[in-house]
Amino acid sequence: MGMTMTQKILASHAGLPSVSAGQLIQAKLDLVLGNDITTPVAINEFRKAGFDTVFDRSRIAIVLDHFVPNKDIKAAEQSKQCRDFACAHCVSHFYDVGKMGIEHALLPEQGVVTAGDCIIGADSHTCTYGALGAFSTGVGSTDMAAGMATGMAWFKVPAAIRFHLTGSLPANVSGKDVILTIIGKIGVDGALYRSMEFTGPGVASLSMDDRFCICNMAIEAGAKNGIFPVDSKTMAYMEGRCERAPVVFTADPDAEYERTIEIDLSKIVPTVACPHLPENTRPTSQLGGVRIDQVVIGSCTNGRMEDMETAYHILKGRTVAPGVRCIIIPATMQIYRACVQRGYVTAFIDAGAVVSTPTCGPCLGGYMGILAAGERCVATTNRNFVGRMGHVDSEVYLASPATAAASALTGYITDPKEAAK
Amino acid sequence: MKTQGKAFKYPDNVDTDVIIPACYLNTTDPQELAKHCMEDIDPDYVNRVAPGDVMVAGWNFGCGSSREHAPLVIKTCGTGCVIAKSFARIFYRNAINIGLPILECEAAADEIASGDRVSIDFDTGVIMDVTTGKTYQAEPFPPFIQNIIAKGGLLASLKE
Repeated sequence: MGMTMTQKILASHAGLPSVSAGQLIQAKLDLVLGNDITTPVAINEFRKAGFDTVFDRSRIAIVLDHFVPNKDIKAAEQSKQCRDFACAHCVSHFYDVGKMGIEHALLPEQGVVTAGDCIIGADSHTCTYGALGAFSTGVGSTDMAAGMATGMAWFKVPAAIRFHLTGSLPANVSGKDVILTIIGKIGVDGALYRSMEFTGPGVASLSMDDRFCICNMAIEAGAKNGIFPVDSKTMAYMEGRCERAPVVFTADPDAEYERTIEIDLSKIVPTVACPHLPENTRPTSQLGGVRIDQVVIGSCTNGRMEDMETAYHILKGRTVAPGVRCIIIPATMQIYRACVQRGYVTAFIDAGAVVSTPTCGPCLGGYMGILAAGERCVATTNRNFVGRMGHVDSEVYLASPATAAASALTGYITDPKEAAK
Repeated sequence: MKTQGKAFKYPDNVDTDVIIPACYLNTTDPQELAKHCMEDIDPDYVNRVAPGDVMVAGWNFGCGSSREHAPLVIKTCGTGCVIAKSFARIFYRNAINIGLPILECEAAADEIASGDRVSIDFDTGVIMDVTTGKTYQAEPFPPFIQNIIAKGGLLASLKE
């Protein structure tokens, strides 16, 4: 029986000729990741278990991104604990304020992750790096601690669902609309414990930023990971960027998939996930009249350069609707700098938006845009659970950067093609 | 290992944001965190839960964030077990790693009513609704995972 791409990467890292779905394995890790919320718990566990050295200081990444610049004294203490640990263990990839970015935008940008890697991260959106053809999955802090100590993790080899992509995306439609459409189709546990493997001729038409966005939200369908094949776009992205040589794995022709779902990219329309689950999707065009109080454009899902470009083209020379707060958060310092240099920040400010330095901030209801009771936000983030961005009686609608920017201009949920008029 | 207590029923897709809202994640102190357990879905849970009590939920319990704080607050409140139709995978892994007993059992999750007395034997996977007298068979953990739990969690098992 052939193996999927995910199974091949896992077999290789477990030192086994082959693996099959359901098998329990121990695999070598290429990178162990944590952030300012999950790393302190991991450090406590690491110490409690009596470990005093990390397995490889160059294979650990600690990114302060959720509550930085520190939102309060307690957050400052947690950042300090991460900083002290990183310093004590000479962790090579420690990203503090000034260098940091939202982890899942930052690590690919900085070349810390590469094709063929096996990665765990104490953050559920670690599945993002599948866009590069890596196996990467979210875990908890105890797994992070064990990974930092031993460089190993146990996995149950996942079965797979294949998404066979054809065609190419129409104007005003992006990777976010693709993944929201998929989650709407299969549900928030539609890929539970499984890998989501994206294949087909449509892959070539998707930008790297679209692929990162699609893999990022694999977890919102319950998946263990999402993964794209490595093609010339992936290779071009990694060229001169990645610190380790990419290793390209391809699925066997007779790999087993539990099911195959056909996705014609040319049929995807702007899509919004309504409260309070990412599976509650509707075409944006059907949601006219839903008034909003806030727009957030950013996060590990949609804070990348293409997302900023999309927002810029819609917002430049125009004005955010009265009564709407529009918060734009470039995901990394490099993206932030490019937004300044290209004049995007000026255009955003002139339009009446605010631009923050990188942070997860409002996405998880941390700070920088918390909602009051009864308020409604269109966000390019990844979760719209009850209370996710603030009060339990507030609402989050998940959408693409184009839909979010168009909605900021009108004050209600708006199809991006309306903004083009 | 066994637990006995009263049942608290919850729906499908209970996510980690309602189990422990992110605004409280600026501390790692389990007692401090546990004050907010289930705050956004059942604010009174922390006042009503007694040691050994059992959460009974639907599909995909613990979906969302990877925060280990979620199983930790449930355990720290004194909750003896979570029974669900299914668990989100990171929550499942985290619960094992920190030693919160969890069981998947669709029939038990459907039929146990809020407030019923429930008794659970983790070695056999037998769940008994003492109030109705009905028993249910859940799959006990595979040996690989039993070993982690027997050693007191993932890190303790690694020290071997």
